[in-house]
Amino acid sequence: MSEYVTLTIDGKEVKAPVGSTVLEAAKSVGINIPTLCFLKGINEIGACRMCVVDVGARSLQAACMYPVSEGLKVITNSPKIREARRVTLELILSSHEKKCLSCVRNINCELQKLAQELNIHDIRFEGELQHYPIDDLSHSIVRDPNKCVLCRRCVSVCKNVQTVSAIETVDRGYKTIVASPFHMPLKDTPCVNCGQCIVACPVGALREKNSTDKVWEALNNKDLHVVVQTAPAVRAAIGEEFGYPIGTPVTGKMVAALKKLGFAKVFDTDTAADLTIMEEGTELVDRIKNNGVLPMITSCSPGWIKFCEHFYPDMLDNLSTCKSPQNMFGAVLKSYYAEKMGIDPAKIFVVSVMPCTAKKFEAERPELASTGYPDVDEVITTRELVQMIRESGIDFRNLEDEEFDDPMGEATGAGVIFGATGGVMEAALRSVPYLLTGKDDDNIDINVVRGTDGIKEAELEVAGIKIKAAVAHGLGNARKLLDKVKAGEAEYHFIEIMACPGGCVCGGGQPIQPASVRNEINLMAERAKALYQEDQNLTYRRSHQNPGVLKMYEEYFEKPGGHKAHKLLHTHYVAREIYPEE
Amino acid sequence: MVYRSHVLICNGTGCTASKVPEIMARLEKALAEKGLEKEVKIVKTGCFGLCEKGPIMVVYPEGATYCHVAPDDIEEIVNEHLVKGRIVKRLLLGDKDVEDVAKSLDNVGFFNRQVRIALRNCGVINPEVIDEYIARDGYMALAKALTEMTPQQVIDEIKKSGLRGRGGGGFPTGMKWQFAANQVSDQKYVCCNADEGDPGAFMDRSILEGDPHSVIEAMAIAGYAIGANQGYIYVRAEYPIAVQRLQIAISQAREYGLLGKNIFGTDFSFDLDIRLGAGAFVCGEETALMTSIEGHRGEPRTRPPFPAVKGLWGKPTILNNVETYANIPVILLKGADWFNTIGTEKSKGTKVFAIGGKINNTGLVEIPMGMTLREVIYDIGGGIPKGKKFKAAQTGGPSGGCIPASHIDVPIDYDNLLELGSMMGSGGMIIMDEDNCMVDIAKFFLEFTVDESCGKCPPCRIGTKRMYEILDRITSGKGEEGDIEKLELLAENIKQSALCGLGQTAPNPVLSTIRYFRDEYEAHVKEHRCPAGVCRALLKYFIIPDKCKGCSLCSKKCPVGAISGEIKKPYVIDQNKCIKCGVCMDTCKFAAIEKK
Repeated sequence: MSEYVTLTIDGKEVKAPVGSTVLEAAKSVGINIPTLCFLKGINEIGACRMCVVDVGARSLQAACMYPVSEGLKVITNSPKIREARRVTLELILSSHEKKCLSCVRNINCELQKLAQELNIHDIRFEGELQHYPIDDLSHSIVRDPNKCVLCRRCVSVCKNVQTVSAIETVDRGYKTIVASPFHMPLKDTPCVNCGQCIVACPVGALREKNSTDKVWEALNNKDLHVVVQTAPAVRAAIGEEFGYPIGTPVTGKMVAALKKLGFAKVFDTDTAADLTIMEEGTELVDRIKNNGVLPMITSCSPGWIKFCEHFYPDMLDNLSTCKSPQNMFGAVLKSYYAEKMGIDPAKIFVVSVMPCTAKKFEAERPELASTGYPDVDEVITTRELVQMIRESGIDFRNLEDEEFDDPMGEATGAGVIFGATGGVMEAALRSVPYLLTGKDDDNIDINVVRGTDGIKEAELEVAGIKIKAAVAHGLGNARKLLDKVKAGEAEYHFIEIMACPGGCVCGGGQPIQPASVRNEINLMAERAKALYQEDQNLTYRRSHQNPGVLKMYEEYFEKPGGHKAHKLLHTHYVAREIYPEE
Repeated sequence: MVYRSHVLICNGTGCTASKVPEIMARLEKALAEKGLEKEVKIVKTGCFGLCEKGPIMVVYPEGATYCHVAPDDIEEIVNEHLVKGRIVKRLLLGDKDVEDVAKSLDNVGFFNRQVRIALRNCGVINPEVIDEYIARDGYMALAKALTEMTPQQVIDEIKKSGLRGRGGGGFPTGMKWQFAANQVSDQKYVCCNADEGDPGAFMDRSILEGDPHSVIEAMAIAGYAIGANQGYIYVRAEYPIAVQRLQIAISQAREYGLLGKNIFGTDFSFDLDIRLGAGAFVCGEETALMTSIEGHRGEPRTRPPFPAVKGLWGKPTILNNVETYANIPVILLKGADWFNTIGTEKSKGTKVFAIGGKINNTGLVEIPMGMTLREVIYDIGGGIPKGKKFKAAQTGGPSGGCIPASHIDVPIDYDNLLELGSMMGSGGMIIMDEDNCMVDIAKFFLEFTVDESCGKCPPCRIGTKRMYEILDRITSGKGEEGDIEKLELLAENIKQSALCGLGQTAPNPVLSTIRYFRDEYEAHVKEHRCPAGVCRALLKYFIIPDKCKGCSLCSKKCPVGAISGEIKKPYVIDQNKCIKCGVCMDTCKFAAIEKK
């Protein structure tokens, strides 16, 4: 039981738990205090001063940080406070490159919204603007410091949540800037391209490297057979951009929209997820039976892979050799599919729609071209797909649901839940019994690996073999887990790691929810609901039941882990330095 | 060993920069040549305070204080004074004709008006020899605290003394200790703020250079009082001599068992480490300092929680500044009641000031609280050079403000300075005369804060920059109607909204100069005129025809050929060409050039 204190906010008596803040206490009685830098659990530093309130101290205090106490008297709204907030906001605006109309965050900008809420019509203190070069050398992320408001959300998420620290605040005073060490381009840092900085950014200072033009170009090229695959998490969040409540699956409309955009075929990456489970499950069983390197760690998340290459290069042998579903699918499309359909693989252009910015980097990996062609030609994020849909004048909400294309049109529930943390593990655990014994057990909803706890553990006994598993999401949690494993404090057979907190549903390429939403709901859990709902409704819920996948093995790959599968569906990794030496 | 003479030489940073190492070497060599090395002892000391007259050397037993000593003077001092016993009068600092040279300083206001508590050993002992500190009752206070007093009694004594923080805020030291003592924790810390960053201030540096043990002893006492066994001294890396002497002092204290386990055979253990700051002004702010010690970018955190509750690494921590600590041992030895007798009702004891600017005796002084500005400037500081008129004193550095001549008789203490719109600060005091433009002064201090803002909060990061831009506009003759009001608006809101003390006080130099010298601001904005004749863009140089003899000198010296005329007839300055460098005015022998 937590203790409570009684305080007064704007003359109203409020009971609030000890340890909570004035911001929270005010919210609980319907008093909204404007915030900008505050991102609950991620960036609690009281930097932006938008939430200043009067607590009777010498100066105004940041409500987001000020702890409640018995008898505290708070005023959140007075001429003095309104003026202080306006002046601060005008100052921020005076140093901000206000190219709003051509900004990627136009209409979805927290600064814009704040300016509107605080009734700003004129900026009284215009002055010198800093001009910085834009860093667009990364395959995934573009940084535009001219739009940065120095709220530090990106820094905090990179440093504290992901423990990557590719960016920090550097220099002082008006020259303060968020940058990588020695102002190196992001691509030369250990940045893992997860894009959590982008979804944390309140303004347009961070965005994905846009590929929509290249996709349009391909779609306009009559010589190309342009196909698209969509990752499971996309359908769980894209609806948010079209006014659906968070957590509404809109798979059918999304497929319909993609067809309208002109893709020759619309495929579901979930099918490749099922294929991944066949390969990865087989690999796991093989490692367990034949004393292979354990724990085996999943390899679906490209942010995690790069993290491992930089920070745990000694654990590369622990990584499953399976390509990620995106690249497995690409390889399948340019081999099996090409053969089956009689299309020259050189003419097949594979676009993936991903919830992820790191997938853009992954697609560029030279080793992921086992057919002789890149597995995937272009990657667009969920947000970029939304842009293309809008640009095309498609009335998303009124689209008739459509189905994914055959062949390989059907996926299982196991493939769908890949998009949530614990999903790969659950999918694997649904198939491992079969892969070990040829028979399914009764476990289908494996709740212990669901949910948004940072690290989850599960133990499963199959045919007399005990399988110990762990799940981590967010790279800080991954680091904790791996350090325990390395220190010998924990032993597992199988570990699932997703770079992004919550897994792919909250990937760096997903629709951006403002802090006002993220501070109030568990976005990870809400979006995951859409996937678990779809899983419940599907005929097949175990990967090894996927008819398309079974057919693929029958017609082409022979068996999981077979020769062809090994060539096309598996990969290898490279150790990377954290910072390359001169 | 007994010596017949002791030669004390200031080894503070200022004198060191004025060839003291060479003077020391020459002296050692000269003494060796005369075979006097066993009769005359050279003692390297900390700062004597009167930096204006450095390097300073004092020869005992006579007590002859020599000033502006140069390496070439050494031979004479050795031959005359140390060999023949004849005072070198031309180098004497004070009264040159007094019979007893020991009394030569009696009438020197700089020395006789000071009360030296924090600076008690500076210029007296060799800071690198712990025995000299011990001989001056050093570590007696620690012994007393550990063996005769409970931690609470120590805190009570400090509370009773009325000692307030000398770093700027003036928070009661005893109360701060009490808060930390009240916390229950497995680990607590004692920190020392030696990140002195105010432009022109060097009180803390001088104490660390001249008497490092006083700080170490006080920190150990503080550790005992609050229940901490580890301390950190955060000192700027730009203070190499202070750092070196601290290192020596810490290792000597450890050697003597005055730091380490079971000090004086008691259960109390305490040790100290030095942490070097990279020179960011904001790291003098307590939370930024602790963030920096923790190894992060030095940036302030919001308070509460206060450091006494959650400080360094989240543990209860007290932070006091160097000068505050230097007072502690004396208070414990002589008692709070004695300390209480010095100072004013709410500001007890003394305060060290670094006086600079338009003043004759630039240097370091320790005065009892309550002394008036007039006494400091005229009695101690020796007045204003060239007989110019006193205009204002700037105290508190970039966080402080200006005190105008109309308040010259206000007793200096924490509360009076605050009331006047300035603050005590760490003790920088810059004297300004009629030739100083107050808008320009405000701009100078603001430029400092603009550079030193950590960049965390917008009011400080952007607000001070915008204020600076307005001031820059005003001093360039581009001031607009409403600029002064805009400055005030920004200033008030920055004070209210900024995250830390640096930002909250950054507007003070502007606010206080507007408060007392609004007419000067208005002259700049409305008439595009700088009354003090400082702001170059607003100046015009003219030749007064009646006074000009037509000598052509100015015309020859003018670097841009802006002055023309016929010999023996008044010359004229072409305003379009003039770059306002002032060379003509300096050159003219007939005072025929004026600026306005």
